[in-house]
Amino acid sequence: MENILSKYKTVLATEATTWFKAGNIKDFPSNRGGCIKYKDKQIAIFNFERRNEWYACQNACPHKLEMVLSRGMTGSADDVPKIACPMHKKTFSLIDGSNLNGEEYAIATYPVKIINDEVLVGFID
Amino acid sequence: MINIIVVGNGMVGFKFCEKFISKPGQEKYQITVFGEEPRRAYDRVHLSEYFAGKTADDLSMSTLDWYAENNITLNTSELITDINREQKTVHTHQEKTYSYDYIVLATGSSAFVPPIQGVEKEGVFVYRTIEDLDAIMAYAKKIKQNGATDAAVLGGGLLGLEAAKAVRDLGLNPHVVEFAPRLMPRQLDKGASDMLQSKIEELNIGIHLNKATQYIAGDDCITGMMFAEEKLLKVDMLVISAGIKPRDELGRISGLEVGVRGGIEVNNKMQTSDPCIYAIGEVALYNQMIYGLVAPGYEMADVAAEQIMQGEKTMRETIDMSTQLKLIGVEVASFGDPFIENENVTAIVYENKFSGIYKRINVTKDGKTLLGGILVGDSSDYNCLFQIYSNAMALPQNPEDLILGSRGGESSTMGSVMDLPDTAVICSCENVTKGSICCSITDGTCETLTDVVKLTKATSGCGGCKPMVVDLVKEAQKSIGKEVKESLCEHFQYTRQELFDIVKINKYTNFYEVVDHHGKGDGCEVCKPVVASIFSSIYNDTANKHVTTQDTNDRFLANIQRNGTYSVVPRVAGGEITAEKLIVIGQVAKQFDLYTKITGAQRVDLFGAHLNDLPKIWKILIDNGFESGHAYGKSLRAVKSCVGNAWCRYGMDDSAGFAIELENRYKGIRSPHKIKGGVSACIRECAEARGKDFGLIAVEGGWNLYICGNGGATPKHAVLLAEQIDKATVLKYLDRFLMYYIRTAGPLVRTATWLDKLEGGMDYLKEVIIHDRIGICEALEAEMETLVGTFECEWKQVIEKPRLLKRFSHFVNSDETDDNIEYVPLRDQKMPKPW
Repeated sequence: MENILSKYKTVLATEATTWFKAGNIKDFPSNRGGCIKYKDKQIAIFNFERRNEWYACQNACPHKLEMVLSRGMTGSADDVPKIACPMHKKTFSLIDGSNLNGEEYAIATYPVKIINDEVLVGFID
Repeated sequence: MINIIVVGNGMVGFKFCEKFISKPGQEKYQITVFGEEPRRAYDRVHLSEYFAGKTADDLSMSTLDWYAENNITLNTSELITDINREQKTVHTHQEKTYSYDYIVLATGSSAFVPPIQGVEKEGVFVYRTIEDLDAIMAYAKKIKQNGATDAAVLGGGLLGLEAAKAVRDLGLNPHVVEFAPRLMPRQLDKGASDMLQSKIEELNIGIHLNKATQYIAGDDCITGMMFAEEKLLKVDMLVISAGIKPRDELGRISGLEVGVRGGIEVNNKMQTSDPCIYAIGEVALYNQMIYGLVAPGYEMADVAAEQIMQGEKTMRETIDMSTQLKLIGVEVASFGDPFIENENVTAIVYENKFSGIYKRINVTKDGKTLLGGILVGDSSDYNCLFQIYSNAMALPQNPEDLILGSRGGESSTMGSVMDLPDTAVICSCENVTKGSICCSITDGTCETLTDVVKLTKATSGCGGCKPMVVDLVKEAQKSIGKEVKESLCEHFQYTRQELFDIVKINKYTNFYEVVDHHGKGDGCEVCKPVVASIFSSIYNDTANKHVTTQDTNDRFLANIQRNGTYSVVPRVAGGEITAEKLIVIGQVAKQFDLYTKITGAQRVDLFGAHLNDLPKIWKILIDNGFESGHAYGKSLRAVKSCVGNAWCRYGMDDSAGFAIELENRYKGIRSPHKIKGGVSACIRECAEARGKDFGLIAVEGGWNLYICGNGGATPKHAVLLAEQIDKATVLKYLDRFLMYYIRTAGPLVRTATWLDKLEGGMDYLKEVIIHDRIGICEALEAEMETLVGTFECEWKQVIEKPRLLKRFSHFVNSDETDDNIEYVPLRDQKMPKPW
């Protein structure tokens, strides 16, 4: 159980050593999520078209460890972009992965940049 | 430490403890409670709800830890047998001795069993404790299996009628047997009793007045009751609820003064003839009267607590016996002196046999003072009348306006709750005044209704004052400039109903249009599905149209399960399915290795489908004549049915056929919450139609239509909307009802809760959808007609449009499926591996 979560550690844009090409922007639905595979990781990517922003986080819900966050609903809380897990509606900030319901479990987030319509996700490895 | 021993752990004994520990200086006292029943104090007023599914824990007045937290010792199942007043000790049946400084006797009462020959026979019960109820339930179950159909209740008073309802809930036909010539003889006059009787008889409850029972017939078990005129009433069970008898044994044994007809005498300090011993509640004889209501009992508890702590408070000279309640669905209220009529007092009576309403008020001849009254069939005026009576408020120029309403004018005769004086007692169970409710809001102690209830305990007794408390809290909030609004979420300052109108009027078709024009931010998991559902309800858009704002289940047209896989439920309308189709379902399950289970809605659920496989599964199902069962949607799920008169020898009509027709009519329509239906072909009710949002039962001459029931966390029986109507009328009423619900309910509010919150309740709803009181029936029907005519299977849309298929792959950058999913064996099938 722990080893699933131990795979996912937040990466800041400044720390990223690898920028993985996840796909073309057209591959990702707007205002919701898509999931990509990077090595043994599942990463959820969100195209916040409305805000012209992209975010990425672990696909695993930290509560029940199911690979579902990419299928959740996007939204905002006090202008912070968030994702609501489809299993139990727990919500997480896409900025820092913090839990917005005042509970303990949080998620790992990853930096995203768009270069020539390619979606790149930053990792350290 | 000063020792107080409380004997009896009923509602009043509990209230004494609660009052006592809330008073300053209580630390100097140690309270020890003795209760002979095995459980903590519970709410006897709502005892009959035990039959309706409440548990003993639900009825409990406190939590398990309450006594310990408040430093009170509770000894349950321990009976005090003797008081030694000289040594100031009590003795228990376990031979233990405890010393006291004060005793509070709150032993209450037991059921009065009239000395009728044969009351000891098996099948004769009293109606008093949870244990009594358990015994009644067990016996009813047993005799029903042996074919018994009828049971009697002895006593046509308040509790007797409650017991009759309980008997009915147990599936037996109740007969109420009363010695007096009218029902509720202490509260109602002849006219009111007649009205109540005719309303109750409509529900197939037999009423036998003026009946003196000679003996109980039967060998070992009861088989009937023999009345004075040699008439035998055949029944297989009897519940006695003919009054109460104070439990004054301890008083008698220890030489306290007791009344001729029982009860321990007390003064206005609640002291018995021994100043160190107090008596409260139904055991106390105050002013030569026993008070069998909870409100005076609570007041006595407060007086005794004050007195023990050397306070000043004494019991009032006259005790108010006003009551308002719902008996077997009929509203009944009585206040002040309900019967008074003499040279100085005139009774004004309004009687409407058509709608079953009886109202009486007793007014002084000068037209200035209201002395009492009775309401049957409609007690909505009770709170106002009671306030006018108890505060001796001025009456309108024509006192009859009080019960008839001011005819011809818009303004209400009562004015607003805010017109009451601050001293007006709103909650008489807990003695909470209007002033204390409003102040708690205006001085900032409380913010919400919940806070007020917590602080003042108002509404926590009988609950009859709830509407007034709600109004007062709202008005008080307004008076300090607080906006009172149930808005959806941080993005919309509107209710679902308001948003529904906004979308409809502006013809919006996209969530972001709505949030940009009428909300703020980017939306969230609360408002997005609400708006998506509104679009569907108005335009009958399928869930494929608003993919970004649908909840997960609607987005993938399947139900997400524990491990992130989905379950698939094809529609099996009315639960009727051919062998060929069953085989197809089996083949699909086999091919995709799915766990199968029959659902409660008479169809088959296929679990464990990978996201990628969903369209493939649907394709096979659709090619074989299936369609989506909408098991994932906030929409019609299924209409359950029994087999009906095609096969069943009891069936009165084609329930399965009608269920299929209804399911096909309303399938796919999005609503505030899921909707379920049921159709039974006779009153045996095999389809459990009364546990559904709408239910039909075939009867002689047509269908009975019930609405607003549900199972789930708070089960509710559906309520009768119309009787013996034909199919076309059923469709008409159902169209109107469902559309009215869809238009006005809050998000995720099922029909039962919606009806609870609907002002005016079922009577108002009938006015709207049967009598078209607000003139919207035509529009409701037209709206429903559009929805019915434009159904499309959303599974079919997906497999036919490749661009819609894209969302059914787990990875954007790979065709692999989720490798995180593992299964373990479960009986002959499989289940997700637990973490």
